[in-house]
Amino acid sequence: MMAQPRGIIAPVPHRVLLVEDSPAMRSYVAAALETDYEIVGVESGFQALQALPNGHYDLVISDVHMPDINGLELAKFMRSSPTYRKVPLILISTEGSDRDVGRGLELGANAYLPKPFSPAALRELVKRFVET
Amino acid sequence: MTSDKAFQDFLSEAQETVENLNRTLLALDAGKVDPDLVNDAFRAVHSLKGLAGLFGVGRMASLSHTLENLLDSLRLGRVAVSAAILDLLFEAVEIYGRLMAAVSEGRPADSPEVDGFVARIEQAARAGARAQTQKRQDLALDPSILSVLSEYEEHRLRENLAAGRTLFRVHAAFDLAGIDHGLDELKARLKPLGEVITYLPTPDSGDGEGIELDVILATDAHHPAVAGAVGGRAEVTELVAGRAPLAAATGARAEEDATLRSVSRTVRVDIRKLDHLMNLVGELTLARAGVQGVLEDLRGEGHLELARRLQQESRVLERKLDELQSGILEVRMVPLGQIFDKLSRVVRRISRDAGKEIRLTISGADTELDKLIVEELSDPLMHVIRNSIDHGIEPTDVRRAAGKDETGTIWVSAQQRGNHVVIEVRDDGRGFDEDRILETAIQRRLIDAAQAADLSRRELLNLVFLPGFSTRERASELSGRGVGLDVVKTNIARLSGIIDVESTRGKGTSLIITLPVTLAIIQALIIRAAGRSYAIPLNSVLETITATRGEVKTIERREVLTVRGQTLALARVEQALDVARAGPTPERMYVVVVGLAQHRLGLVVDDFVGQENIVIKSLSGPLNAVPGIAGATELGGQQVVLVLDVAALVEESLRGEEAA
Repeated sequence: MMAQPRGIIAPVPHRVLLVEDSPAMRSYVAAALETDYEIVGVESGFQALQALPNGHYDLVISDVHMPDINGLELAKFMRSSPTYRKVPLILISTEGSDRDVGRGLELGANAYLPKPFSPAALRELVKRFVET
Repeated sequence: MTSDKAFQDFLSEAQETVENLNRTLLALDAGKVDPDLVNDAFRAVHSLKGLAGLFGVGRMASLSHTLENLLDSLRLGRVAVSAAILDLLFEAVEIYGRLMAAVSEGRPADSPEVDGFVARIEQAARAGARAQTQKRQDLALDPSILSVLSEYEEHRLRENLAAGRTLFRVHAAFDLAGIDHGLDELKARLKPLGEVITYLPTPDSGDGEGIELDVILATDAHHPAVAGAVGGRAEVTELVAGRAPLAAATGARAEEDATLRSVSRTVRVDIRKLDHLMNLVGELTLARAGVQGVLEDLRGEGHLELARRLQQESRVLERKLDELQSGILEVRMVPLGQIFDKLSRVVRRISRDAGKEIRLTISGADTELDKLIVEELSDPLMHVIRNSIDHGIEPTDVRRAAGKDETGTIWVSAQQRGNHVVIEVRDDGRGFDEDRILETAIQRRLIDAAQAADLSRRELLNLVFLPGFSTRERASELSGRGVGLDVVKTNIARLSGIIDVESTRGKGTSLIITLPVTLAIIQALIIRAAGRSYAIPLNSVLETITATRGEVKTIERREVLTVRGQTLALARVEQALDVARAGPTPERMYVVVVGLAQHRLGLVVDDFVGQENIVIKSLSGPLNAVPGIAGATELGGQQVVLVLDVAALVEESLRGEEAA
């Protein structure tokens, strides 16, 4: 990768793809992160599949429980794709099914954040994968 | 830390989720045994739990947590769905409603009922628990499929296999642009065959611009039927548990790439923003009227060509303003179905509590009304229905003895008529007992025996709307804390609505509520009285009539007019507002008959000027407290006129009646 000439071009903010079927949850996550990152929100696993090739994402944050394509299936998809294999993936879910969370991590999700979480906890976790 | 916008989003989403939950429960209650419905209900409380947790509404989170456990057990087949459990879930919907009302009004959501309720749910879950029939067998299925299934999906897979269904893998390729549509189509084709367990996306083997999808379908159908259903669009393979690897992709792919489409087609808007837009339209309309004035001046000064061009432009402006106005109004409209759903729930619960069999038939749920009106309508409508269940529909044995269908029916229908929506609540119950109404009204000193003798049938029935009239003798849950139909009337009147009653002894009762479609912008009749112009909201105007001074009679110091055999009380606008009149009353009088709920009043005016669309602005300062004035509005040419408050004028005249 070529070095960016510093000082001439403003650094491009890192892009985060947020996959979450709840609009309020999307607002919440966006409010926590949008000062430091560019957030693209989509509301289903299918829209995530459509969004991924259309923009370079530095991180994907996805809910586990969504209709049709859930977070686990998205994790499996990303990890088996040559293009998205390396993109960090954080799963968020209301604590509950430990088994589902375990499967998500086995499938290659990088971290799991149980709801409810504070904006600070989310920023802390995101910082581990994407440095600002 | 939480932004205000996020919190507003939370409130409206929680509201929507609870409404969806209610619909799902109603479908379950209607006897649809569909695992998808149970799962939908689970997902609803699951997201409520997540939301409530994030936004710090502890009671709602703990309620959701308990419900989630219960629903998880239901969807995983550990607890059987029963009527008792459905009742609890319906109760939960109501508790959610109360919690959200508290939160949105900034009150703490600490209703202590939640704790007791949570304990009851836990109890029900324990009571309903099924004995585990057998140990789980290991599934001999391709691990690459198994590893992606959520716990619920795995459960559904097992259930289907246990029921002897066959698993198929339906493999389809989509280009990115067409995936939403393609998926919907595939779903529609597969759904009738059986149950879709999961969708597994895999990147395609080519340039990564397409998606390949494996749909795992459980069905009683055989291979040819499944293959036939999807046509040539997908490959169908029977999955013999244990073998059938998820093959790498084959299949054609259409051309790729599409811009990322907007992710959502709807936005949420605070209704106050729409009010603001509506006010702006009102002001623009005035500005246009100003232009019209300039135009007249131009014409007067002989600039005919300029005047003609300005006229053309002004007409375009007028048309577009009209479109803008109706566009904004349209956004405010929501279907009445929103509250009708709640009604079914209440009918279901209350009729059972009352030990009566009642069928609710709803029509016109897609009739639209202003959001604000729909919200305010919920309570009065609920009350009318409770009344029907409590007093209208007879107990089963009485109905049987009367030779009626043992199941009572309540019809709720809505339909739009011009600028109004008419909602009718009709039952096939016992109908009002007119003798009893009279007896009660006299007993409670609402009327005296002499008045009673003069009442028309319509007036008699309308006695039930009087404050203090309530034939109820026992306090029951349904009597709604002793609130009578008078409160319903008041609520409807506040919405500029009218309520009417029809009843046939032994056959049933009908309550007819007529409401304006919106209150944001109203049509008004502009009249003149004592040298000034006033606006009267047209939605309360029943008719306009003319009369001569000789036709007016005075009964007990009140002026009345006989219209088609009925006595109409009159009020003179200037007297009602305490405005001085210059000169004598003209010989020829114009009377605007206004109606408020079941009351009628004739407003005597000097002249009718015409009809206008107006936006009412509330008054500040000393005029604010003047009874009989609802606000002010501007007409063309910077002319400000006062808008009469019909409700207050009618109330005033009723008070006069009692005093007389």
